[in-house]
Amino acid sequence: MDFQFTEEQLLLRKTVRDFAEKEILPATGDMERGMFPREILGKMATLGLMGITIPETYGGAGLDFTAYVIAVHEISKASATIGVILSVHSSVGTAPILYFGSEAQKQKYLPKLASGEYLGAFCLTEAEAGSDAKNLKTKAVKQGGHYVLNGSKMFITNGGEADTYIVFARTEDGNITAFIIEKTMPGFRTGKDEKKMGLHGSKTVQLHFENLQVPAENRLGEEGEGFKIAMAVLDAGRIGIAAQALGIAEGAYELALQYAKNRRQFGKPIHAFEGTGFKLADMATNIEASKLLVYRSAFLRSNGLGCKKEAAMAKLLASQTAVDTAIEAVQIFGGYGYTKDYPVERFMRDAKITQIYEGTSEIQRIVISNQLLREKRL
Amino acid sequence: MDFRLSEEHEMIRKMVRDFAVKEVAPTAAERDENERFDRGIFDRMAALGLTGIPWPEQYGGIGSDFLAYCIAVEELSRVCASTGVTLSAHTSLASWPLFKFGTEEQKQKYLVPLARGEKIGAYGLTEPGSGSDAGAMVTTARREGDHYVLNGSKIFITNGGVADIYIVFALTDPKSKHHGTSAFIIEKDFPGFSTGKKEKKMGIRASTTTEIIFDNVMVPAENRLGEEGQGFKIAMMTLDGGRNGIAAQAVGIAQGALDAAAAYAKERKQFGKPIAANQGVSFKLADMATAVEAARLLTYQAAWLESNGLPYGKESAMSKLFAGDTAMKVTTEAVQIFGGYGYTKDYPVERFMRDAKITQIYEGTQEIQRLVISRMLTRD
Repeated sequence: MDFQFTEEQLLLRKTVRDFAEKEILPATGDMERGMFPREILGKMATLGLMGITIPETYGGAGLDFTAYVIAVHEISKASATIGVILSVHSSVGTAPILYFGSEAQKQKYLPKLASGEYLGAFCLTEAEAGSDAKNLKTKAVKQGGHYVLNGSKMFITNGGEADTYIVFARTEDGNITAFIIEKTMPGFRTGKDEKKMGLHGSKTVQLHFENLQVPAENRLGEEGEGFKIAMAVLDAGRIGIAAQALGIAEGAYELALQYAKNRRQFGKPIHAFEGTGFKLADMATNIEASKLLVYRSAFLRSNGLGCKKEAAMAKLLASQTAVDTAIEAVQIFGGYGYTKDYPVERFMRDAKITQIYEGTSEIQRIVISNQLLREKRL
Repeated sequence: MDFRLSEEHEMIRKMVRDFAVKEVAPTAAERDENERFDRGIFDRMAALGLTGIPWPEQYGGIGSDFLAYCIAVEELSRVCASTGVTLSAHTSLASWPLFKFGTEEQKQKYLVPLARGEKIGAYGLTEPGSGSDAGAMVTTARREGDHYVLNGSKIFITNGGVADIYIVFALTDPKSKHHGTSAFIIEKDFPGFSTGKKEKKMGIRASTTTEIIFDNVMVPAENRLGEEGQGFKIAMMTLDGGRNGIAAQAVGIAQGALDAAAAYAKERKQFGKPIAANQGVSFKLADMATAVEAARLLTYQAAWLESNGLPYGKESAMSKLFAGDTAMKVTTEAVQIFGGYGYTKDYPVERFMRDAKITQIYEGTQEIQRLVISRMLTRD
């Protein structure tokens, strides 16, 4: 076992941290007011952050999964919005093509996604298919050299802004099939833009496919392979979200720690009271535990080892830690923490969604308990 | 012991619930979005007698008790926590000290219009350097003949800017600190008094929260409330009851969230059945409901003690501590039960979650409640 980052990883962390401080933090106000951070994504692309795990042959940085997790973690400390945009683009928007695409599809799409010229998205959820993803109703009917898609998707991160969308629909064999959709294909329509509790700068939209014509060569994998593809990429996607949650928790904690050192009441800094000091201790402990779960699952994945249970555990604990930590961070700031003059209430609003998307905490518990039952030595 | 509400209490609950559902709920989301305080809602509450529930009729009230008042705050907060706190600050924080410490003249002049809801009340204790450490305030009240001259500012004042009457605490004898504090009745039109910054908040956004500023405000000596040096005691005793009002608000928020989550869990189908059929969800609901019951009983107990002239400081702090934590937990789980939908503004639960957080902070943080409770446990 080795619990230290390598030199290379430390350098990457520093690069991302510096970038977050310089370019992301100053923009959080605008993002709160709904600005989609196009410009910042462009700068991230220049740094190679939009294609971290894409092999160099396809224009990516060719780094491992842990490098990607470091990036999402550090970015989310400054902005959970940018964290999720990056995570969705990479884990579920781009990875499906990397792992399940034909060589032609990889050549066509990966370089543009890796360079940040294209932004990716992932479309599984529908109004009646959330946790029960298999219940999706979007249809794909083969017609000559095309598939024609009809249906709607909900809660699509990067929806409307993304150029490519991995879409799951039911083909005539009754099974789920995956497709690579481009925004420019006729019949693709961006619908309602959700007003959310947090992650204000992240676009979350409904999409409508109205006789959407998709060339047959844009089918991803075989007919009927779609559900397997979705579940496989979500396993990794949830590590990305776990990293986002970890960043939110750590960001909120660091703000609270700083405030507790400076704010004086009753003649001393408030951290000197056990009531507050003990809170900080608990926050820090839970963050350490979450961090280890996140980086362990990243390590397993980077080394081609199975991590279904570990990824679910990381997402479950890190998201719980994010919510608990952010709520306590607002508490430590007192009345000030409840106002928008201080950033900490944003962390609380942003944290909550990490327990819900890319598999609710309840789904994570189902995944974990199923894995526990499968394990040979119990 | 008797755990049934009287007919009078049931009637008040029904009356407030009907009012809340018909006249407060429909605009709650919009008022939250736009940070809009609605004077019309307050006026309607006045017409229904809700603005002076615990005070005798001779002072403009309806002669009921603190339990009825808690029920009213709870029912309002079930649909709109902002409306709940507007009434709570008006009653517990502004009206109560007048009732308890006011002279007959002061009661006639100020308590009566507050009770009738002709005027809105507020309470000014907190300053930038004195939150939990309320005794560290620096606003001064210098005696000059038949006046006091107030200088300083207060922050985070609920009903700030819309209130007509403010109960304000200032140092008449800075050297004596706690024992040198006095309470004053300020009218919004006193020259030198102004409303400052309006806070943009995470929740209770339809309740106004502002700074108030005193720039050589001349306050007639007859507007001093209680004796010189009695101010800190008045402030703390006021909060003893005020925190029970906040407990009621928290119970209401939690109940509103629980009701919404339970209804959704019955309707929403995944995997061929309502999500409530899964223990993961139904056990959550069970825990939520249990906590809300306990919070409500603690809250009603403290209100009953106060109404019956019995000591209630510890029980009131316990009710605020428990109910505030319950509201935070229940609303967070309610959003969870709603899944992705719960995170959008199309559904009310994310507003309940944002509103719940402040109940752990104002009128004495949870940490202060623990101090109050533990001191009572450990004193001889």
